[in-house]
Amino acid sequence: MEQTIKYYQTGTFTVGNRLLAEDQRTVQADMHRTNSLNSGHRACQGCGEALGARYAIDAAMRATGNKLICVNATGCLEVFSTPYPETSWQVPWIHSLFGNAAAVASGIAAAQRALGREDVRVIAQGGDGGTTDIGFGCLSGMFERNDDVLYICYDNEAYMNTGVQRSSATPPAARTATTPAVGPVPGNVFGTGKNVPLIAMAHRIPYVATASVSNLRDLEAKVTHAMSIRGARYIHIFVPCPLGWGSASEETILIARLAVESGLFPLFEAHHGKVTARGRIRRQVPVTEYLKRQKRFAHLFGNVPDLARIAQLQQMADQNIVDFRLTEDDPPPAPSQGRGNDVSLPLGGGPGRGST
Amino acid sequence: MMDKPFAITLDVGSSLANKTGAWRTKRPQYVDRLPPCNHACPAGENIQGWLFHAESGDYEAAWRVLTEDNPLPAIMGRVCYHPCATKCNRGELDEAVGINSVERFLGDEAIRRGWKLTPPKAESGKKVLVVGAGPSGLSAAYQLRRLGHEVTIMEAGPFAGGMMRFGIPKYRLPRDVLDAEVQRILDLGVKLELNAKVERIEETMKARGFDAAFLAVGAHIGKRAYIPAGEAARILDAVSVLRDMEGEAKPMLGRRVVVYGGGNTALDVARTAKRLGATDAIIVYRRTREKMPAHESELQEALEEGVLIKWLSTIKSVSGEATLTVEKMKLDEKGFPQPTGETETLEADSLVLALGQDVDLGLLEGVAGLEIKDGVVQVGPNMMTGRAGLFAGGDMVPSERTVTVGVGHGKKAARHIDAWLRGAAYAALPKHEVASFDKLNTWYYADAPKTVRPQLELARRTSTFDEVVQGLDETTALFEARRCLSCGNCFECDNCYGVCPDNAVIKLGPGKRFEFNLDYCKGCGVCETECPCGAIKMVPEET
Repeated sequence: MEQTIKYYQTGTFTVGNRLLAEDQRTVQADMHRTNSLNSGHRACQGCGEALGARYAIDAAMRATGNKLICVNATGCLEVFSTPYPETSWQVPWIHSLFGNAAAVASGIAAAQRALGREDVRVIAQGGDGGTTDIGFGCLSGMFERNDDVLYICYDNEAYMNTGVQRSSATPPAARTATTPAVGPVPGNVFGTGKNVPLIAMAHRIPYVATASVSNLRDLEAKVTHAMSIRGARYIHIFVPCPLGWGSASEETILIARLAVESGLFPLFEAHHGKVTARGRIRRQVPVTEYLKRQKRFAHLFGNVPDLARIAQLQQMADQNIVDFRLTEDDPPPAPSQGRGNDVSLPLGGGPGRGST
Repeated sequence: MMDKPFAITLDVGSSLANKTGAWRTKRPQYVDRLPPCNHACPAGENIQGWLFHAESGDYEAAWRVLTEDNPLPAIMGRVCYHPCATKCNRGELDEAVGINSVERFLGDEAIRRGWKLTPPKAESGKKVLVVGAGPSGLSAAYQLRRLGHEVTIMEAGPFAGGMMRFGIPKYRLPRDVLDAEVQRILDLGVKLELNAKVERIEETMKARGFDAAFLAVGAHIGKRAYIPAGEAARILDAVSVLRDMEGEAKPMLGRRVVVYGGGNTALDVARTAKRLGATDAIIVYRRTREKMPAHESELQEALEEGVLIKWLSTIKSVSGEATLTVEKMKLDEKGFPQPTGETETLEADSLVLALGQDVDLGLLEGVAGLEIKDGVVQVGPNMMTGRAGLFAGGDMVPSERTVTVGVGHGKKAARHIDAWLRGAAYAALPKHEVASFDKLNTWYYADAPKTVRPQLELARRTSTFDEVVQGLDETTALFEARRCLSCGNCFECDNCYGVCPDNAVIKLGPGKRFEFNLDYCKGCGVCETECPCGAIKMVPEET
């Protein structure tokens, strides 16, 4: 995943580094990057999804020599990028319905196969609503058929485009329009939601990974790796939403980083259903550092702080740290090839679910 | 046919038509803030600026930026007490950058490779006299010469260097290094007259037709304290001892040497005594370690070499040849030492007084308009004395009396002398806001511990005058340079270019930094938050 380069001021943490050779810099550092999602889009100030989409698609464009077709589910990303007659996409791009992005992508992949165009690759992308709820059936089908598609979910943990309604990726305690911060248990209830990366792993598809807009190099490496593999692949990218989360627009990347560093959003890779690599926490922080910067969790920090629920959220993070060995130094064993039966899924944890 | 991306068939409108810059209430601006190291440097070096070049391995460019402000990097890298490192923001992260050791590496590299200073572009036709070839005089001469003036240094002693030669022992500053850096300044065309004591400054200036003069005669007269002593007592002063070290006949200090005082000079004498064969070198100091004016690194090295220190003690009297009476002191509520009446005796072959130095102001006799206070010459903010055209700096004006302060005085005075000669006033550019630690996003910096310079093994260093602190080699110097956080100054990490959700940052290419595309910048401020070094500032849009 990340290369260790010693003796450099910023090592590989920054987007670029003038002391590194060109080929060791990120795609985003390139003066001639594709800018697949171009300026003029109507995403909010500090939009994590706009950033994550450009990171991912630019990396995929480089990996495929710009021979890429993107399918988009309905959602913020689709709406803010393509108000008729304008488009921000500098890549062949198609939108059909909210729930069928994976199916449309499967069809395009089949068409390319029929045409004998092995060089043209397909990406389907959507938000968490279009992925974990509405498009879930099509997604699971794409996985079980092992269609040659990379599906990317930009997870901002609710239906932001329609006004911040809860999705199955909304974390416990978060306030949304449909889980208001009222009553004895304000915000989203604990014990609900689903963890799609783990569900994708259960399909034993060739590649599943989580990524964050705070870890650009890691994100690009995962997209690049995914494009080197054939078959169904899934990458789940954590993208803060300043509007829906009630966070400051300038803190988008900071908040994404705190989610990773607290353990709430574990970074990992899995091949054929088995975790093969995970991102090590560099500077561990308590979950409160992450939560307190977002108004959707403000009710936890009122005059009487809701210590019990904060502790439950911390428990989720701690469980992730244990399950994914996020603070350990030793590298996990090399990825096993083929769809074997040696699958060990971490129980619980992961994004979007808390214990009851 | 339009140049369309792969598989695009229809002409579509681009979102570039939608100028999202109109949403903005705050706009980002690239700024250059003042790095705390630069801010703290008494010589006014652009430290971040030269480290930037050293980071990429371009040592000559680094050395050239460095020598804009200070022509003596190899000396500075040995004798400066590096206030820069004390203020270094990296100190709050892990350890301060070893700026001083990189400086020394650059200085040594310049000597090894024979790099030359940049000669003046044109001659001004003005003649300036510099009195004293110490750090301040050399610095002024260098800067004045670069501005095209004809410069003559008159030095009373037999060699150039001043206190760098006659006050700082060889084990801290080898003489070949000193000679090399002095010679490089002379190579610019600066005239140096040795054994040329200026008796009366007004007469010399008139007789030789100098348009202006910079005085930097230093402080060479050891202060005495009244200590009742017998005829036979051997009492020396520290400055004379250190000066004699430069001559043929080394000073005779004996086997038990007591040094009285708590400054760097006291430590220099005690460490010198050890090297001359003294079994005991004891420093008697009237206050505590915390109050000691000597620098911690030098104290540490002295203690390692076996120098003993009697804290809270004064010398009351010397009886016979060899017996000192020492009185214990205690600090009062205000922190001043007060006598306790408790005494002890100490055997000593010699007593060296290191109680500070006075300035020989003889050359100023008959100069009108001067103000002398506390034995030093008063100067204005432009380093000019009360007599127009007569400037002064270094140890002879109120100052901290270090080599680096002296170099800074020389540079500052040279700029004002240059302006004065042209009938103008030198106005320094306004200083940028300091890039304090809270302006940084330290997440992006790789963890890297400091490279500590190797020191001579103890046994070897207490018996020889070999240099104690050795330099960095190229790899470690490069490592150390790359620990710089580049506080407040863009180092082209591409973060702003990468993290903008709106592609509203334009990368201009290596060395050219970036520009904001205000047509599309929505003013979210992610670039400011994610800039590692604090080189972006959000400012409110005017309505």
